Amino acid sequence: MRITLKMYASLAQFLPPEAVRNVVEIELPDDISIHEVIARYHVPRESAHLVLINGVYVEPEQRDEPLLREGDVLALWPPVAGG
Amino acid sequence: MAWQRRILRVDLDAGTCTEEPLNMEWAMQYIGQRGLATKYLVEEIDPKVDALSPGNKLIMATGPLTGTMASTGGRYSVITKSPLTGAVACSNSGGFIGAEIKHAGWDMIIFEGRAPKPVYLYLENDHAELVPADDVWGKSVWETDEILHAKYQDPLIRIACVGRAAEQGCLYSAIVNDLHRAAGRSGVGTVMASKQLKAVVVRGTKGVSGVRDAKAFFKATSEGKRTLAENAVTGEGLPKMGTQVLMNVINEVGAMPTRNMREVQFEGASKISAEAMHEPRESDGKPNLVTNGACFGCTIACGRISTIDPQHYTVQDKPEYKHASGGLEYEAAWALGSDTGVDDLDALTYANFLCNEDGMDPISFGATVAAAMELYDIGAITTEHTGGLEMKFGSAEALTRAAELVATGEGFGRDLALGSKRLCEKYGHPDLSMTVKGQEFPAYDPRGIQGMGLAYATSNRGACHLRGYTVSSEIMGVPVKTDPLTTDGKAELVKAFQDATAAVDSTGLCVFTTFAWTLEDIAPQVDAACEGGWSPETMLAAGERIWNLERKFNLDAGLTKADDNLPKRLLKDAAKTGPAKGMVNNLDVMLPEYYQLRGWNTDGVPTPETLARLGL
Repeated sequence: MRITLKMYASLAQFLPPEAVRNVVEIELPDDISIHEVIARYHVPRESAHLVLINGVYVEPEQRDEPLLREGDVLALWPPVAGG
Repeated sequence: MAWQRRILRVDLDAGTCTEEPLNMEWAMQYIGQRGLATKYLVEEIDPKVDALSPGNKLIMATGPLTGTMASTGGRYSVITKSPLTGAVACSNSGGFIGAEIKHAGWDMIIFEGRAPKPVYLYLENDHAELVPADDVWGKSVWETDEILHAKYQDPLIRIACVGRAAEQGCLYSAIVNDLHRAAGRSGVGTVMASKQLKAVVVRGTKGVSGVRDAKAFFKATSEGKRTLAENAVTGEGLPKMGTQVLMNVINEVGAMPTRNMREVQFEGASKISAEAMHEPRESDGKPNLVTNGACFGCTIACGRISTIDPQHYTVQDKPEYKHASGGLEYEAAWALGSDTGVDDLDALTYANFLCNEDGMDPISFGATVAAAMELYDIGAITTEHTGGLEMKFGSAEALTRAAELVATGEGFGRDLALGSKRLCEKYGHPDLSMTVKGQEFPAYDPRGIQGMGLAYATSNRGACHLRGYTVSSEIMGVPVKTDPLTTDGKAELVKAFQDATAAVDSTGLCVFTTFAWTLEDIAPQVDAACEGGWSPETMLAAGERIWNLERKFNLDAGLTKADDNLPKRLLKDAAKTGPAKGMVNNLDVMLPEYYQLRGWNTDGVPTPETLARLGL
């Protein structure tokens, strides 16, 4: 399946070179978990703090499950805050 | 005692400066800064007073930890009645002047009356005098700072002043200190200018004496600094990316107010984000962001120092804007950018520079421009009203020209200086004003973050994110993650954030520490510095007392339950995209529960039992 992967802030360093403005389209095997995607891009698991699929937060205990579907947007951040 | 126990009272009518003792009984109940100055304001002014009349007072207040070695202990607040909202105003600023006031030996400066001619206050330790301001009245903040530094030949004086916008009556004028830090919200600068007070110039060399238990204070503040350094947000994220890191986050979760809150996601967000500020530009190969910056005593350093692309249209023939200066924070970037539909990072940076240069709150300014753009879009205003300016959504030229006009009070700038509420009323569409109590929204759409709807509606100073920042929990998961799309538990969450923030805002510390600290980290620092036996519990109780005191002032000023509301758009028009697609803000579900938790009756009035419990 194809999904859109977005990685921001300090996680931008793990994006493949073809990414534009922190966004890249990637091909993944079906049934892959978020933790497996994270490992594929060498992102330390503890650094992927904020994990969103289509803008919705994914709880840490769900990240071993095959939640991703064709066309989804997976967005990752380290711990961030502002205001 | 980390309080200096001294207040400077400045009678602008009589031209006198008088010392008086700090009311320590009140300090034990309200800590300092926001809480304690609000107590003084409540005791000293008629809540129904015209905010721009001599009967209003303006208080510059430090907290007990301001000027100490505690990390971020450089904050001060300006407390007055707001001309924008008619409610209590309390605007908090960093930079260095708060610590300087404290080091000069004062906890607070209370300004009362109105000077017959423009003046500024010169304060050097015990010496305080009002000086004619003929040489700086009519000047911008930046010019004023330069003139006064040259006049006193002392690079170490710290200056807070108003710009031309305030002198021209712009209702959301800020008091800017140290060139680009500001007590920004609610028009505190407008009040200052109405008193013909141009600037406060301070030099203090006394330090903060009498910390209650120096050894315990050293230990508590050192541990606090270690916690900040080791936390991923305060130790790494904020210094590197600044608050602007939120631009892509909030857009992704579908809570980015866009084009006067018509939409909840902005297609240009990535172009005006923290990441974009790090990208080298084509013209000179340099990024927008030059470096980060810290306020007094701060070990986080989230501030942004930026430059504008030297090839950009805004700075042609304007060398004064080609240097590095205070750059975009998230709130400014959102209001100037997403809310107006402008995705030109350099135009936003230029408009932000002007907000600093002439003292406008960039949130209220940007949101008012956004409202004007919607009025223009529907034909309620035309180029005849704007002096030929095409106020189209997405027009960088309209945004930057509008900033120039408000800064100087020219032409259509006079309409924009009214703020969104009065502008929309003037042109017959009050529903298009995205405000609460007359103050413009910050950068979180409450359709996508439900708790923020309640936080905005009940904020004592009108729409504001810093009175109860439930975004921290609902989006970032600090201290615990909650679902942004549900109303469950939000009344309790909002109350907890409001009370804790009121306490933190009264200490002299920055609320950004709370991304790493809780009151468990803060109370030992306050307790080591001050007598009074401060614990997380007593601080939280003080926070609740402060919140209710502010509420009582607003009720006495004439505000009612009807002012605890959101614009119809956010309650009736569903979000069009993102996770909140199809949702409105469900304030009606949360508000009654909130009143109950607060111990208020169904009209939002604190019950006699609640007032008695809080010692009010």
